[in-house]
Amino acid sequence: MTTFRINSKTVSFDGDGDTPLLWVLRDELRMTGTKFGCGIGQCGACTVHINGQAQRSCVTPVAAVANQAITTIEGLAAADDRLHPVQQAWLELDVPQCGYCQAGQIMATVDFLKRFPAPSDEDIDNNMTNLCRCGTYARIRKAIHRAAELSAASSSTGARE
Amino acid sequence: MNATTPKLEISRRQFLVAGASVAGGFLLGLPGGGSAGESANKQIGFFVQIEPDGQVIIGSNQPEIGQGQRTSLPMLVAEELDVDWSRVSVRQMPLGIVKTDDGFAWKYGGQGVGGSTGLTDNWDYMRQVGATARGQLIKAAARRLGVAESDCTTRPGFVVLASRGVEIAYGDLVTEAAELPLPEESPPLKALKNHRIVGKRQNTVDALEIVTGKSKYGIDTFQPDMRYAVIARAPVLNATVKRFDDTAARKIKGVLDVFEIQGPAMGEPYQILASGVAVVATSTWIAMKGRDALTIEWNESPSVNDNSDDFWRENSEMLEGDGQVVLDDGDFPSAMAAATKTVRHSYRVPFVSHAPLEPQNCYAYVQEDRCHIIAPTQMPSGASRAAAAVTGLPRDQIHVDMTRVGGGFGRRLTNDYVAEAAMISKHTGWPIKLQWSREDDIRNDFYRPAGIHEMRAGLDDNGKLTAWTQRLASASKYYRRPNMPDEELFGAELYVDDFPRRCIENVRLEYFHNKIGLPRGSWRAPAHTANAWVIQSFIDELAQESGQDPLQLRLDLYGEERELPYSNHGGPTFNPGRLSRLLKFVAERIGYGKSLPKGRGIGIASHFTFGGYAAHAIEVTVADGKLTIERIVAAIDCGFAVNPNAVDAQLQGGTVDGLSTALGLQITVKDGRIQQSNFHDYPLARIAAFPALFETHILPYDDTPTGVGEIGLPTAAPALTNAIFNASGLRIRSLPVSDYLKT
Repeated sequence: MTTFRINSKTVSFDGDGDTPLLWVLRDELRMTGTKFGCGIGQCGACTVHINGQAQRSCVTPVAAVANQAITTIEGLAAADDRLHPVQQAWLELDVPQCGYCQAGQIMATVDFLKRFPAPSDEDIDNNMTNLCRCGTYARIRKAIHRAAELSAASSSTGARE
Repeated sequence: MNATTPKLEISRRQFLVAGASVAGGFLLGLPGGGSAGESANKQIGFFVQIEPDGQVIIGSNQPEIGQGQRTSLPMLVAEELDVDWSRVSVRQMPLGIVKTDDGFAWKYGGQGVGGSTGLTDNWDYMRQVGATARGQLIKAAARRLGVAESDCTTRPGFVVLASRGVEIAYGDLVTEAAELPLPEESPPLKALKNHRIVGKRQNTVDALEIVTGKSKYGIDTFQPDMRYAVIARAPVLNATVKRFDDTAARKIKGVLDVFEIQGPAMGEPYQILASGVAVVATSTWIAMKGRDALTIEWNESPSVNDNSDDFWRENSEMLEGDGQVVLDDGDFPSAMAAATKTVRHSYRVPFVSHAPLEPQNCYAYVQEDRCHIIAPTQMPSGASRAAAAVTGLPRDQIHVDMTRVGGGFGRRLTNDYVAEAAMISKHTGWPIKLQWSREDDIRNDFYRPAGIHEMRAGLDDNGKLTAWTQRLASASKYYRRPNMPDEELFGAELYVDDFPRRCIENVRLEYFHNKIGLPRGSWRAPAHTANAWVIQSFIDELAQESGQDPLQLRLDLYGEERELPYSNHGGPTFNPGRLSRLLKFVAERIGYGKSLPKGRGIGIASHFTFGGYAAHAIEVTVADGKLTIERIVAAIDCGFAVNPNAVDAQLQGGTVDGLSTALGLQITVKDGRIQQSNFHDYPLARIAAFPALFETHILPYDDTPTGVGEIGLPTAAPALTNAIFNASGLRIRSLPVSDYLKT
């Protein structure tokens, strides 16, 4: 039995501890916003936050997150009209095409902007490694810069995580 | 492309029927088969639903694979209906198949996306649906007010009788409108200049759901009592199961069943690609663990000697002989003999995989008298056909629901994963979701055909091109089609009316087919991805070797605007002057001809793909064996852009796809085994490969939209490799680029 917190709720899983967190989220908890793309940590479609840090859940055994706090795309915004600045920026730039990778891109960006609040293009190149098969990279790049602006504006007014 | 969904032959307008929705709203759509106006069919086939509160629900009949059809098609309806776009929500229609006296009909029109046809096929149709619905609302208002229909007009969401200052909300008219007979003819359509929705940038209708993780893809399907399945497929192409031991697999708690899946015979038309062993379990992960625990012995495959090295050697050897001449304009041999300069080069295009980010999956529930399929597919009619072939059930007892699709790129035109899912459900009697891994996907694909293109051309004293030949030895995509004669195999690989036909007097195209065992299929912009790269590279080389400017040589060949006949997909005409316009535009934007520092270079390319026109100009640096893309300028002429936002997105995406593939992707085979398996050895490009200086432009042309999904892809690769040559003198004649440069 593995117990952990997900989007501020305590959950437990009684299957094998080697089950990747991804499949616990999807098949057991039916939280399907986190996607399966490669199973080897290459594409980032399965990116979630573990204690605030972006991690690839397809290569994270559920046993490793015992008693940890996990945030998924479903828990990023308080409500649809109170989106995270990264989600807002994604909407403004209308980033998604097929959209399959975008939850992972957004989760990776939220963590990235904590480390690089005002990133350069080089910072983006060196740190953003999630794959987008549709090729939305031009809009992702713009949306990251826009999210940095939005985050700066909201943190100066005291709001946000 | 193999977008072969049957279309209603008779005027679709005859089939428009009105009826009341369950909620009392107004519906408009198509009845199923038979004669028009069958009242029993009021509940099916509806595209437009207006609720009493004024909410408008518009059905989207096409699969959404990221190309934006769920936004663009409802825009067409909403424009003519005259409603506020912000009050529109979109509903995905399932496959609409109905039995008729002599077969089947498609009650929602042809459904399937391939060949960049989703929009062009529905451009008139969807606007007529909207205009007819608006006409019925006007008719209802006119009756109620006791005036002529011609006295009434509309503003978004309201019928307006200006003479009396009266407005009636659509929602108030729905009950009456639903009972009125439909006109014989669709009302006239709006002039483009009066558009408020179409032709303006509209955001993706599902964007909020996507960024909040709520959007449902095929993989997100969960149904009551559903089990989870995976298949251990043959590791060698065309191998079959000899025997297997499932003792260890069955000991894993949650593994429910293990059984053999029989693949097709070598070379035969297929429902599925590979033989294998299915594992059904209580979760995806347990099914995968069960699969890992299997011990399978395979029979030796007839493809065990398939090797990429041999494939290339065989192609080269074939080119020593004579192939099938598939086009012979003018007198090529005499023109070559008379040429004062001749140039000859060969180019090699590798197999590549589609790798849509959502791995193949399918929910199937086969019961005695019916079958339910939920799948991410580009071709729902093909999904229905696959399930029918497996189950033996009549087509109208197979219900196909489409989910949002995590990428298509042509892979999901083929429904082999649907057939597999139906096999597993049929065998077990359970509702199951089949899940492929990434490795399953990369190793069991319908790859883009590979080939060697031998190019020769002759020029006269003035540097004018007088003779041109393209001799292609490749593995045709049509290899496994039923009843396909050998002499028609070329048709998937050489489009005879492509440039430079009719721009050069003496043109010969020659084809040689290599029967390797790798499956092949339609990969976004199929043969254009190979031919645009080859032709636009060779033009550059001809310019270089005859001392001409690469831009000017192209402009000289394309010439002025004129319509040339074009019999291949995307016709009936091709206007090379539209390529000149795009090429001049991108060249000017990027500063073509400016002086560049050492190691910097600019490359250009342009091509006509499936009715649309595109050009790229790319600037690169090559230093110390490393390539950096500095700037990308892309332009598209798609006639009229229905949703410029989506056109722009497709041009960006096509550019990235073209460059990512050219930079680092290839599928190779050794002893019948595909050597790549996942993104570590099939390295799609990441964001760092693409510069911040990345601009896309839409150059409007006329009032007719072309498709856009594939048009922006083919010219990216040749612009890149031409830039590499311009920067470094290195001419890439074999892809991918990563064989020669660090990327």
